Amino acid sequence: MSDARLSVFKTYKLYVGGKFPRSESGRVYEVTDSKGNWLANAPQSSRKDARDAVVAARKAFGGWSSATAYLRGQILYRVAEMLEGRREQFVREVADAEGLSKSKAAAVVDATIDRWVWYAGWTDKVAQVVGGANPVAGPFFNLSTPEPTGVVTVVAPQESSFLGLVSVVAPAIAAGNTVVVIASEKSPLPALSLGEVLATSDLPGGVVNVLSGNTRELALPLAAHQDVNGLDLAGADADLAKDLEIAAADNLKRVLRPQAVETDADFTAAPGTHRLTHFLETKTVWHPTGSLGASGSAY
Amino acid sequence: MKSENSANAASAFEYAPAPESRSVVDIAPSYGLFIDGEFTEAADGKVFKSVSPSTEEVLSEVAQAGDADVDRAVKAARKAFEKWSALPGAERAKYLFRIARIIQERSRELAVLETLDNGKPIKETRDADLPLVAAHFFYYAGWADKLDHAGYGANPRPLGVAGQVIPWNFPLLMLAWKIAPALATGNTVVLKPAETTPLSALFFADICRQAGLPKGVVNILPGYGDAGAALTAHPDVNKVAFTGSTAVGKQIARTVAGTDKKLTLELGGKGANIVFDDAPIDQAVEGIITGIFFNQGQVCCAGSRLLVQESIQDELLDSLKRRLSTLRLGDPLDKNTDIGAINSAEQLARITALAETGEAEGAERWSAPCELPTSGYWFAPTLFTNVTQAHTVARDEIFGPVLSVLSFRTPEEAVAKANNTQYGLSAGIWTEKGSRILAVANRLRAGVVWANTFNKFDPTSPFGGYKESGFGREGGRHGLEAYLDV
Repeated sequence: MSDARLSVFKTYKLYVGGKFPRSESGRVYEVTDSKGNWLANAPQSSRKDARDAVVAARKAFGGWSSATAYLRGQILYRVAEMLEGRREQFVREVADAEGLSKSKAAAVVDATIDRWVWYAGWTDKVAQVVGGANPVAGPFFNLSTPEPTGVVTVVAPQESSFLGLVSVVAPAIAAGNTVVVIASEKSPLPALSLGEVLATSDLPGGVVNVLSGNTRELALPLAAHQDVNGLDLAGADADLAKDLEIAAADNLKRVLRPQAVETDADFTAAPGTHRLTHFLETKTVWHPTGSLGASGSAY
Repeated sequence: MKSENSANAASAFEYAPAPESRSVVDIAPSYGLFIDGEFTEAADGKVFKSVSPSTEEVLSEVAQAGDADVDRAVKAARKAFEKWSALPGAERAKYLFRIARIIQERSRELAVLETLDNGKPIKETRDADLPLVAAHFFYYAGWADKLDHAGYGANPRPLGVAGQVIPWNFPLLMLAWKIAPALATGNTVVLKPAETTPLSALFFADICRQAGLPKGVVNILPGYGDAGAALTAHPDVNKVAFTGSTAVGKQIARTVAGTDKKLTLELGGKGANIVFDDAPIDQAVEGIITGIFFNQGQVCCAGSRLLVQESIQDELLDSLKRRLSTLRLGDPLDKNTDIGAINSAEQLARITALAETGEAEGAERWSAPCELPTSGYWFAPTLFTNVTQAHTVARDEIFGPVLSVLSFRTPEEAVAKANNTQYGLSAGIWTEKGSRILAVANRLRAGVVWANTFNKFDPTSPFGGYKESGFGREGGRHGLEAYLDV
């Protein structure tokens, strides 16, 4: 079959603000499979692309963070549905990217789809689990609720290019944040293809923005960016993680440090809730309960 | 500082001071560091003086911790950690309950001590600080044997040695916020109180001894910023908790970068107190005063920006000025005193400089007409009007009794102005309309929002900031997380 027909290659592009731009720098870099065979030319994003992505993420934050939790869950579930339909494509891309057999790659893709389903179900439960009424010693109704932190930069895992990626992006957006994610440097193709899935899943443009390129070159300006509120260092090595954490201190970004288990790309274990809750702020509101007839405050 | 009405009242009822007795507290001429259950001199023999900010009288001479002392204290805490963390939670709980009870028993003594060392009115230490300190220990005591049920998984583990650095504005209360959850979860502690207010922490060391707390579980290191920096940088500290300025908080965040240390920061604020045109004016005035003049405005969550709806601005400001003119400023030990002393000469200089900047930038200054005592550090309650969002007094945390007044026309504008700050610690909303409270509270980017009230605190209520006001929460179930390996 392949002798008879020349296949059509895909031009891999970034996913920023719901659109698929090339890098403004015009740069690309060669992406190869685990054996060194050429797969594609991926965009090599610049710091300008990173800034554009932050602008898009900030613009999307108001709508996404105030969307109902139910709607966010519906959309995350829709992502799983869309992925299921393109399962074969992702099995091929993950097998190429990570040097896996077809059956192992299929297991990774299945786990990734299931991860979207897991987080889709969390959107309208997390507030009850981590928030609640506080029994203060006084005539007040006192309620703590979680709210999303804001724009989060995610350094995606380097080895687990698809399951790892989704395992760090999905909890951040499930919680209502918007994300700028730096894809695995050597295996960015599954991440770039995921953009195509997100674009057709009713996810508002700008909620997830996918950049490919040199991790350090992109991560440093994003860690220092004053309009970024959170930083997930999952895919940063120890030296880079330290540099990024120092840069992030400048506006006190919430930092999620790389965890030892993730250097082995073991995202197959049950994810727990720590990523879901890390980019949440707790707001506590005091309302006087007063006595009937008193106007405003009875205090 | 009397308006005409109160002047008439004053002529009918002559003011008589009602000072709280100092004899309830016995301050020793000198104190050591508290390390491994013993009071000890600093390795290099350095000492510093703690003065009463209302009189400049030297209260005591206190050992000043240096690097070697920090190391010794961390070692003591590390040694104590093994047994303390292995104690059944119910036993740890009982130590904390003992501490809570002893604080209640000694609360008058501690209130007077705190007022002497800090300068805040006895009314506040007696009615706010001390009851909250005891309540905080009582609350976290109850968690010690219930951690399995706190929502952090089964058998959550402590982190190890906690290095804690606290400010001077609520010395004993900040100590309670730090130490109570740390001990309840099985950590051991090295705590550095602020250099201007070391005494209540040293009295707390004595309470630990009375409670029979094992040696090394709590270590107290009076000292300056260098000791705090050494503590947060110490390689054998597992947890850093800091309350203080945003600038120092950022430095600490850089220090712990690349380590495994867990960090929580409670930093500065520039809280907006938003008054809508339907608010009950008299109650709003009381709330504004509580918001910015409680503890002389030296409060991170102070309502230091008044946002008032334009249509009621004049009426509200008239009421506010009239009420401010009746506040009593003076001897903090006098039970009638509303406004005490500024904590230090340094802080007074900072407030004075920022207020001068406010005038220089064109804001209009009004200060309550009151006589300031001739010794000590004092600053009259002050308002700035004609303030724009670009003014320094509207942007920078002053940490003093200075209120910047801005106005708004629509709720939309109020929210935008309230959120227009690098900080995000607190906010207040004054309106009769319930739906407006909920809508506005929802959109404020602040960790604590008070509706028709201000500056309320409770051990069950999580406290902490958004944005550059820091991260992590103190108080409530949420406050446990900072001290657990989760």
